Amino acid sequence: MTDGVKKFLYVNRKAPYGTIYALESLEVVLIGAAFDQDVSLAFLDDGVFQLVKSQDTKEIGVKNFSPTFRALGDYEVTKLFVEQESLDERGLTADDLQEIMWEDEDEDYVEKPSIRIISRTEMADVMADQDVILSF
Amino acid sequence: MATLHTVNKSPFATQTLLSCLGHAKAGDTVLMIEDGVYGATSNTGLADAMVGMGGAVTLAVLAPDLKARGIDEGRLLSGVKTVDYAGFVELAATHDRTQNWL
Repeated sequence: MTDGVKKFLYVNRKAPYGTIYALESLEVVLIGAAFDQDVSLAFLDDGVFQLVKSQDTKEIGVKNFSPTFRALGDYEVTKLFVEQESLDERGLTADDLQEIMWEDEDEDYVEKPSIRIISRTEMADVMADQDVILSF
Repeated sequence: MATLHTVNKSPFATQTLLSCLGHAKAGDTVLMIEDGVYGATSNTGLADAMVGMGGAVTLAVLAPDLKARGIDEGRLLSGVKTVDYAGFVELAATHDRTQNWL
């Protein structure tokens, strides 16, 4: 907590579109990105469905917000933790998720993946390492 | 005298789909819509319960809700049929009643 920077974790546990939680979380993340904090996103339980690729909402008449996750790197939000057990329980693998990259300006803007798939135990450690946790 | 059941909640978040399946009778149709469509996918912890319904109950899923969530029809459990909005209306018209499992 030196120099006023706090560690913020946004916990996403809801599927997209069925409720407004997923979209609202993303909106808050984008707003919060203006405050130069240390931001991480966690995707567990039905939250992992938010990152599934090839979403096409034309026929249900709501905005497809999944491409917005790919813009997070431009706001220095580069840590998207995804829980392996949650994927397994839903018949998903890493290949079912969209690719989300960020450019590391300290390494000549080399592209690095934002999604980090971790175990439930590691997710608990990520949660315990935060100053502020916002749940959606 | 058949019933059309609709389920709109994720089976991983609530017990709604399982309760519906437990109450559906032979000849009924269970239509999964909105977040309910996740119940129609294969390789999940719930697939056995779905398959256990056998052929007595018709399982259907609303295609626009699948597409919105990036679920390819190739991932569906075998025996689950897809319907569009017109097919939803057809189901409502050909059953004696509709029960929405909210």
